[in-house]
Amino acid sequence: MAKSIKPKVMVLRTAGTNCDQETGFAFSHFGAKVNLVHINKLLKKEEKLADYHILALPGGFTYGDDIESGRILANELRLFLSEDIRRFVAEGKLIIGICNGFQVLVKAGFLPGEAKPSKKEYQQETTLITNDSGKFEDRWTYLRVSGESVWTRGLKDIVYFPVAHAEGKFVAGSAKVLKRLQAQGQIAFRYCAPGGAQPVYPENPNGSQDHIAGITDETGHILGLMPHPERHFLFTHHPSWTRQAQKAEWGDGAQIFANGVRYVQNKFL
Amino acid sequence: MNWRIEIQYKQGVFDPLGESVQKFIVDLGITSVSRIDVVYVYNLDGEISKSEVEIICRQLLADTITQKYSYSASRKQKASVPDREFQAVEIAYNPGVMDPVEQSTIKGIRDLGVAAIESVSTAKKYLIYGDVSRKEMDRIVEKALSNKLIQHVVGDTVYAQEKIPLSIQIEGRQPEVISVELNAAGDTRLKKISQEGQLFLNLEEMKTIQEYFQKLGRNPTDCELETIAQTWSEHCFHKTFRGNINYTYHDGGTVKTKKIKNLLKSTIVKATQEIAKPWCLSVFHDNAGVIAFDKEDAICFKVETHNHPSALEPFGGANTGIGGVIRDTMGTGLGAKPICNTDIFCFAPPDMSFKDLPEGTLHPKRIMKGVVSGVRDYGNKMGIPTVNGAVLFDPRFVGNPLVYCGNVGIMPRDKVAKKVYQGDLIVVVGGKTGRDGIHGATFSSGELTEDSSVISSGAVQIGDPIQEKKVLDGLLQARDKNLYSAITDCGAGGLSSAVGEMGKDLGARVDLEKVPLKYKGLSYTEIWISESQERMVLSVPPAKKKKLLKVFADENVEATVIGEFTGTQRLELFYEGALVCDLAMDFLHDGDPKITKEAVWKPAHHKTPTIKRTQDLNPALLKILSHYNVCSKEWIIRQYDHEVQGGSVIKPLVGVKTDGPSDASVVAPKPGSSKGIAVSNGINVRFGMIDPYWMAASCIDEALRQIIAVGGDVSSIAILDNFCWGNPDKPDRLGGLVRAAQACYVFAKGYQVPFISGKDSLYNEYMQNNRSISIPGTILISAIGILDDIHRCVTMDFKKPGNLIYVIGTTYQEMGGSIYYDTNAGALGNDVPQVKVKTNLKTFNALSRLTSRSLVRSLHDCSEGGLGVALAEMAFSSGLGVTLKLDAVSYQGDRRDDYILFSESNGRFIAEVDPQDKDEFEALLRKARVDFSLAGKVEATPEFVLYGLEQNPCINIYLEDLKTAWQKPLDFS
Repeated sequence: MAKSIKPKVMVLRTAGTNCDQETGFAFSHFGAKVNLVHINKLLKKEEKLADYHILALPGGFTYGDDIESGRILANELRLFLSEDIRRFVAEGKLIIGICNGFQVLVKAGFLPGEAKPSKKEYQQETTLITNDSGKFEDRWTYLRVSGESVWTRGLKDIVYFPVAHAEGKFVAGSAKVLKRLQAQGQIAFRYCAPGGAQPVYPENPNGSQDHIAGITDETGHILGLMPHPERHFLFTHHPSWTRQAQKAEWGDGAQIFANGVRYVQNKFL
Repeated sequence: MNWRIEIQYKQGVFDPLGESVQKFIVDLGITSVSRIDVVYVYNLDGEISKSEVEIICRQLLADTITQKYSYSASRKQKASVPDREFQAVEIAYNPGVMDPVEQSTIKGIRDLGVAAIESVSTAKKYLIYGDVSRKEMDRIVEKALSNKLIQHVVGDTVYAQEKIPLSIQIEGRQPEVISVELNAAGDTRLKKISQEGQLFLNLEEMKTIQEYFQKLGRNPTDCELETIAQTWSEHCFHKTFRGNINYTYHDGGTVKTKKIKNLLKSTIVKATQEIAKPWCLSVFHDNAGVIAFDKEDAICFKVETHNHPSALEPFGGANTGIGGVIRDTMGTGLGAKPICNTDIFCFAPPDMSFKDLPEGTLHPKRIMKGVVSGVRDYGNKMGIPTVNGAVLFDPRFVGNPLVYCGNVGIMPRDKVAKKVYQGDLIVVVGGKTGRDGIHGATFSSGELTEDSSVISSGAVQIGDPIQEKKVLDGLLQARDKNLYSAITDCGAGGLSSAVGEMGKDLGARVDLEKVPLKYKGLSYTEIWISESQERMVLSVPPAKKKKLLKVFADENVEATVIGEFTGTQRLELFYEGALVCDLAMDFLHDGDPKITKEAVWKPAHHKTPTIKRTQDLNPALLKILSHYNVCSKEWIIRQYDHEVQGGSVIKPLVGVKTDGPSDASVVAPKPGSSKGIAVSNGINVRFGMIDPYWMAASCIDEALRQIIAVGGDVSSIAILDNFCWGNPDKPDRLGGLVRAAQACYVFAKGYQVPFISGKDSLYNEYMQNNRSISIPGTILISAIGILDDIHRCVTMDFKKPGNLIYVIGTTYQEMGGSIYYDTNAGALGNDVPQVKVKTNLKTFNALSRLTSRSLVRSLHDCSEGGLGVALAEMAFSSGLGVTLKLDAVSYQGDRRDDYILFSESNGRFIAEVDPQDKDEFEALLRKARVDFSLAGKVEATPEFVLYGLEQNPCINIYLEDLKTAWQKPLDFS
């Protein structure tokens, strides 16, 4: 691996990716070197995943979400880049998938994933389907943070991020899978009511099982979530920041990107 | 072997699509449907084995956790087993209608290693449960499930087969050049040629063309005639605005006349020239107007309409409308990056009875839902936040809904100018060309009729936002590498317009067979005038060709050299070597007969309602809050991604629960920079029914007020005009238009706010049984302001109990066109609000100083519904109550509570001020000679109490009731 002083982040993009720049901005703001890389470059080996510390799959509508959200990019990654990703994860490097990126991670089977990946193919165990409301919705949601992922360290108990999706209803493939996620602390974010109580629609904006908004793999190195932390990166992103007496610089989501960069600095640099 | 695959949710998994279709059917008045299941159908062509199909289903088409699949080795659906439980209807796109899913699916199948896949087609099958009669099924299919312009019922289902209206696989068309017998034609024949060819050219224009070809001693080719028709169409050429007008108007008791040469230049452009703002970098001549943002970057802004297509196919019309205006941004200067959308719609009321619908029109609720979905689909998928908009209703929009789509872009200041050089290659980038949208430009230059949906079906299309996103991704890289010298988008008129415009000075030669096609069988003329979406035309120096093609190839975007800019000052088109068009550029662009139109303005007198004075105005306020024009548009706004790109500062919905209506929206387009833009719109159809002059003036005032209300400053605002009018060949229609344009000059000048771009959509009339329904002449003023520091922005929700409430500006007895009158038996009245520029400008400037010093805690402008609505919105958005005294409000007119509360006078705001800032706030306003009054106070209790002139509460109501009245009418969820 090329020696670099800065943590290197690959923001992977393809046709229909659209949150790549703000996601890149969030990482670079905390000192990362960010490249927005088209998947063609990975497939043609003009870029190597191994040269990076963090892989970010940003939001968007890859391939138009045709057939279903994230499916086509998920297949591309699973069929052509599985080995690279397996190695990346085994080295303790980080992956984050936001919104469409989460859909991709889940449908490729990289999430919830296995702690010690065996040789066998990644299998899809959970899914994200059309919201119960039947439509795309952009709204802010309160999220209760749990688990012990490097990504979520130091976050407040309840954070406030917007969702903007049509297919965000989390469904586990079986009761067993859901139990495993709960038991192993792999649920990172759950939708909740403003004070933290059980949510109803639209607090749970899509009808997700167990109100799940984001999950990690067993190591906590791979995080996927439907809400957008990069859209509550700055204080002025908050929908009612003009009501706050104290003006801060950061929003609730900034910590996630800072965590990723700091982890890499401590572990690899 | 060919396969048919069906995908369906497993039992127990909730199917939201089925449910929403069922809701729609209930709206139709059909209650017999008990359930609808949706089956997704994929037909695969190619030598594909059974095991491969199994993989395709399991790994690509079905989400095996929630869906089940089945497949059969034939395109034909198995004959449905007669089933008492449900009836099946399968809907597919017509051949030639773009279905983006097909391309993605082919890619997905190839990724799985199945190279033999040749083509994919998709369909949706609806399983309709319940005791539904045949007649009801007919209605369901026509009104809820399909639009026959783009879709058909697939045969072999239980439902009757319909004929597919469009055949696309026409093989072996002769490349022989067709000439049109024009030179010997008489008047009747000339008119017929224009009509039959859907050219929409009038006799005078046909004669001018005839003369040109008579001099050449030959007949025109079909392609030449089409090219001229496209170029001279109202849509592309703006004949009304650039032509001559004999204007007759009533001034007091006398009738006066005036000759107007070029209405656009003598009003709107003139204002901009006289105002001469140094920060206007490019006005009126490019795809969008461009102003300076900061030292490095510029901002461009354009708003367009896509009315006619949206009337026929709401989803596709709005979809391609927003796609088109985004391409305007991409084609401005050397290309800008789109940063936000704004969308404004006018519909007939969504509760209109089916009985009142003219033949051949779609129900307004269906149009509304379709239009919103179309904007949602394109805007969200392009990754552009839709941050602002408006929706208005009037029954006369029934045949011609208005769909305004606007887009703002950002670009480096050194990319604002472009120039085509002799020898540059013509490169078409993006989507392939099909028979889509043929005659879109000429079609939008005529009136719609009951038959429009039949003859103009070619003008309706569906967009492919991901294709456009790919083009954008490639384009910005190519721009920053300086790989091309000029660019424009393919919009109305297709290549004909784009190449014709770019080659205006130099001349151009194109080999039409080089244009990449979606399918075989297009004639050279169709290739030339097709309006297929998602295409851009670039002028590329030959030395940079290779690099340019590589940039686009890396993004999987097709880029093809189709010709060059020559220097002959001629437009020369070849098809497989044969010359099919050879026109002098100066004739094409300047050879039109300058038409003179007649315009008459005579003020109409409307009934003024007699409204009894009353002590209790609670019911009146609730009614106004529930008026379709005033009520919450949250159902729409939430479906748009208004935060993508991470620049959101003031969202369309604000307040403690993020559901209050903000004034302008604010975006900070450069990450890390505190500089922002504010976007707003002013539109008021009802004022225009009384007098288009005061409508235009009020719309300018309103657009500016909204930007002031978030902390903007008039001296850094630019505006756009958008005229949607009826048939300008009718003098009364044109008279109103002239008056509105004159107001644009006067008030832009008065506020020193330049117009930077504009657009018009005329002929918005619907012919039924020889009776024409015209839309009310409607002007939209869109404004954009540059903000130096977004941290000083203000929102409209009250902030803290105990704060003071000021009413700024004077309220006049100007009830004409008010919502209050409309809620009183639909009355209009005559005393339409006027605009006092000098007074209002003082107010605007004083408020800008106050917000820049953070002396205002919340600020809201008074528009539809007046003071009453503005106060209510500020209160229920914050959950904080109000006590306020109407006798404190500065008012001129008959002293009545209802007038003071609901007059829609311009130039007014409500401001919330912290008591500790009272003295400074008042001193500044006094010094600026602004009329203001301290009228009330923000309260901790959720009660809304307004004391009338008699010192009794004329309004006394809980916030919850106000909010519910405001939220309910358009909550379709």
